[in-house]
Amino acid sequence: MINLEHYLFLGAIIFTLGVLGIFLNKKNLIIILMSIELILLSVNINFIAFSAFINDISGQIFAMLTLTVAAAEAAIGLAILVVFFRNLGSIEVNKINKLKG
Amino acid sequence: MLNSIINIIFIPEIFLASTSFICLLFGLYTNKNSFRQTCNFAFLILLSTTVLIYFNIGSNFANYDMLFSKSSFINFFKILVLVGSAASIIISKDYFLGIKLINFEIPILLLFSTLGMMLMISANNLMSMYLAIELQSLSLYVAAAIKRDSLSSAESGVKYFILGALSSGILLYGFSLIYGFTGSMNFDEINFYLLRYENLNLGLIFGLVFVMVGLAFKVSAVPFHMWTPDVYEGAPNSITAFFAIVPKIAAVALIYRFCLVPFENFYLEWSQIVIFLSVASMFLGAIAAIAQSNIKRLLAYSSIGHIGYILIALVAANDDGVKASSIYMFSYMVMNIAIFAILLSIKVKNEYLVNISDLKGLSKSNPIVSLSISIIMLSMAGIPPFIGFFGKFYVFIAAIENELYVLSILGVLASVISAYYYLRIIKIMYFDNKNNEEQLIFKISFQSKVILSLSLFIIICFILYPSLLINISASLTI
Repeated sequence: MINLEHYLFLGAIIFTLGVLGIFLNKKNLIIILMSIELILLSVNINFIAFSAFINDISGQIFAMLTLTVAAAEAAIGLAILVVFFRNLGSIEVNKINKLKG
Repeated sequence: MLNSIINIIFIPEIFLASTSFICLLFGLYTNKNSFRQTCNFAFLILLSTTVLIYFNIGSNFANYDMLFSKSSFINFFKILVLVGSAASIIISKDYFLGIKLINFEIPILLLFSTLGMMLMISANNLMSMYLAIELQSLSLYVAAAIKRDSLSSAESGVKYFILGALSSGILLYGFSLIYGFTGSMNFDEINFYLLRYENLNLGLIFGLVFVMVGLAFKVSAVPFHMWTPDVYEGAPNSITAFFAIVPKIAAVALIYRFCLVPFENFYLEWSQIVIFLSVASMFLGAIAAIAQSNIKRLLAYSSIGHIGYILIALVAANDDGVKASSIYMFSYMVMNIAIFAILLSIKVKNEYLVNISDLKGLSKSNPIVSLSISIIMLSMAGIPPFIGFFGKFYVFIAAIENELYVLSILGVLASVISAYYYLRIIKIMYFDNKNNEEQLIFKISFQSKVILSLSLFIIICFILYPSLLINISASLTI
């Protein structure tokens, strides 16, 4: 029997994976974009599980909106990434170090 | 029929959204480069939206408080946001023309992010809050990276995007927990459901913490401030001006509303977080700014410090706190407009000013400019009789009324430390000798001169008639 806790655990695990992906990744900016998508998707799992569990539709609506925003965010993220790549010729995370102080 | 359409069009948010689209089409379909006209158009749009809000023309966007709400606090902060972004568009126009970054999209991006901020301030529902935050920050990510041929601008865009998206994700996770454990997304309904509980359960505490972390990212409170100095430094100066002036106001209003509306009855839970954020921001803002040589980084740390003081007023959580925060936000906005209006018009060796050491000997070549910078710096340090003093004064009064003695003592200490770096700039301008011959050129357009003198007038003359603002802010209700 799968109940609410299982979904919440799944959401929490995916969320943690996403956050760790952002912090541990040293090589590639694309992986960071993927991790951000993971975070947003884990939230969607949470929303839909809660929404089904408490019989309230607004969680599912929020999940739809989150998907839309995630798409927009990925588009803008990739656009910024392309600009960055044109200037530096690389998308390694280690090389994002011009600004510090 | 016609009547109802007119009613709808004159709702401030809808007016702003539709005229922004008209502005976009205008910029797209005029053949010659239309940056200047688009800027003026954007300025007019923002001013007329302010008029719509101030005189309450048009019907109410807050439909039974389902998605958006309406109160005097919200209106006050909306007007601050609109005035701030109108002023920053005007002061940055000449800078953009100077560095030949004349894409007509820039004022439109700023308009859309202003729209997002207006919605953010009045949000009364987790859904509308999230969408408004995203509308605001997606426009700003692009604005940070708008100078496409510059590595530092692109890098600041990448950093802002990654950390901003992470913070939105964390915020959203918190929303999902709050939604799941209360069963509602409306602020008032969440408050109503929470009345049943004596204490928050684990899920709600996690939700609250996650949301506070996300909001702390947006107001750039320590320990979630790391993007601020980098983004301020890398972005083009005028975008930095916008970052410093406007989004902070909206994010502060949002954190106030989020703490004081749905979690009104759980003061102990959120106040611990806010106390930590506030003390850490004040001290880090004061100490880290001392070592900076880039004036944009210095202003970034200074804004982190200012956020710390505003959060003290949030911890006070009474009417005095709300009053203090609105006075403080007003003074913060005016001071930042003034300092950036000056910074965006000083050139050294054909480059716009970034290094503090380039200000050496400014008092000899431009005595009036250096006097204005000194006044703004003294005001930021909170030295009477300038407006910055009143902001800090009311914040500490609110804290003392609520018996937060330790917090207010720490606040005063941090304020003394931060006075060091503000005074250092004055010292560099007045007492350091110029070691080379390159000339500082101060060239300011008429429009920014008007804005600069208006804000300097407010900074200096606020003490003569403080009751105007204080009466307004005392009457604000969340």
